[in-house]
Amino acid sequence: MDLITLIGLITVFILAIFLGFELITKVPPTLHTPLMSGANAISGITVVGALILLKDSTAIPFMSPEMFAFSALVLATINVVGGFAVTNRMLNMIAGKRGGK
Amino acid sequence: MDPAIWDIGYLIASILFILGLKKLGHPRTAPTGNLYGAMGMLLAVIVTIAQMDFGATDTLLIIGAGLGLGALIGYVMAVRVQMTGMPEMVALFNGFGGAASALVAASEVFKLIDSGEWSDLGWLELRVAWIAIGLSALVGWVTLTGSLLAMMKLKGGVEIFGTWYRTPTWGPEWLNYIKALILISIIGLLYMTIEQPGNQDYVIAIIALSSILGILFVLPIGGADMPVVVSLLNSLSGIAAAFTGFIIGNNVLIIAGSMVGAAGLILTNIMCKAMNRELIDVLFKSFGGSDKEQVTRTKVGSDPEEVAMVCDGISKCVIIPGYGMAVSQCQHQVREFADILEANGCEVKYGIHPVAGRMPGHMNVLLAEASVPYEKLIEMDDINSEMGECDVALVVGANDTVNPAARSDEGPLAGMPIIDADKAGVVVIVKRSLSVGYAGVDNDLFYEDKTMMLFGDGKQMMTELVSSMKEL
Repeated sequence: MDLITLIGLITVFILAIFLGFELITKVPPTLHTPLMSGANAISGITVVGALILLKDSTAIPFMSPEMFAFSALVLATINVVGGFAVTNRMLNMIAGKRGGK
Repeated sequence: MDPAIWDIGYLIASILFILGLKKLGHPRTAPTGNLYGAMGMLLAVIVTIAQMDFGATDTLLIIGAGLGLGALIGYVMAVRVQMTGMPEMVALFNGFGGAASALVAASEVFKLIDSGEWSDLGWLELRVAWIAIGLSALVGWVTLTGSLLAMMKLKGGVEIFGTWYRTPTWGPEWLNYIKALILISIIGLLYMTIEQPGNQDYVIAIIALSSILGILFVLPIGGADMPVVVSLLNSLSGIAAAFTGFIIGNNVLIIAGSMVGAAGLILTNIMCKAMNRELIDVLFKSFGGSDKEQVTRTKVGSDPEEVAMVCDGISKCVIIPGYGMAVSQCQHQVREFADILEANGCEVKYGIHPVAGRMPGHMNVLLAEASVPYEKLIEMDDINSEMGECDVALVVGANDTVNPAARSDEGPLAGMPIIDADKAGVVVIVKRSLSVGYAGVDNDLFYEDKTMMLFGDGKQMMTELVSSMKEL
């Protein structure tokens, strides 16, 4: 990694933090839990990191770096799939009510 | 074609995350927001796999197995969980996310050390990699152990071989110094990993200390504050993902991770404000649960017939639900009760405390399931102005959120906003016993003359109350 790449990554990091601060302003209490759960599912993006680390693996020896990466892949996928599914269930219950009326 | 062109896919995924998060904050667009987030994630995974060139089918098999296994477990858990268990589930998923980031960091560092590749890294490269790995491990392991403990606190305890252990809340003032000391040690170890990049013992020490730090961090915080802690840990798991992005030099991880980190922090603050508390107080001044007051006073319980007679002919009733309603799943009975009152010309509203249950919005979700119209759910500030004209306040399984002790300046509840149930003409409380709530404070409201206690399981009591109402 050269300096230019690093500065690029840091730029993206800082700008995204500011973006995150600005994105959430006023949220009704009803949506606190779904928002938390949805944001949590997005933080499962680390699944991409796990995939990249596994790109040359052909076996998963015990206690090897591959095993850590594979565990990360499984856990991150649970986080992503479970997170979006559970958020969807919560929102359906809140919104389904309103639509029915 | 240059495979780097696929990186445009990451850009689109990032935009989907931004729009998704934005839309999740507004009631009408929230389901779309969730869908955008999911689409962004799917796209990011597809792009990543498409960029690999598969030398061996074994790799494809491993990746497919990991994704399939995770998706299956996650989906089954999400579909099977009861609405009451939702907060615990969010905490658990959050812990998994943190663990995943920490494991990616561990995988990368052990690979570099095992293969000796670290010695080929340049000056800057080595420092960036080791700092990112260290921070990712720190935040990731804290998130994992902290979330697991938070989950157990939300449940109230754990069952091990048939014995129920209550999750402890413990934290004297000096524990804060221990936590600071551990944090400083971790930073010291981080420096040592850069000094001696080939020594994996320092990395293992960082992992161990971070895991302990996560537990010590959540241990002193009372159950009533758990939603705030889970929200903060959610923010941390985003930050962990962003650090992981630095390890592998990937933009989409950095964008999604730091955005979730920042947004999670804002949400944590909003939740603190709803409880009229400062984040610093929540985290470092232990609150509730530690020394439970012994309940010595007694109160004679009422029976459903009496309550039904009192409720006959009233013109305004406010129902205040709490965690007890969630546990006994009696929202349908509560609604039936409200229907009977309304048929007799009584105005029924629901007073929703921002932290009723174990998570903000918990009550809204349950009542929505029982098809209670949304406009009847009134937020705390709005309902309090009309509590004075309310004939009967029906408190279903709530305690701390209606405890007048919160108006005094002392005790763990001091300053927490409450629903003024005590201003109603008659207060009916459905509760198992006189025992204290999460904050560990006795509730004077129970002993007032105008209070009628219905002791028992919420569902059973509400069912009996409904049938008594019908018999009148």
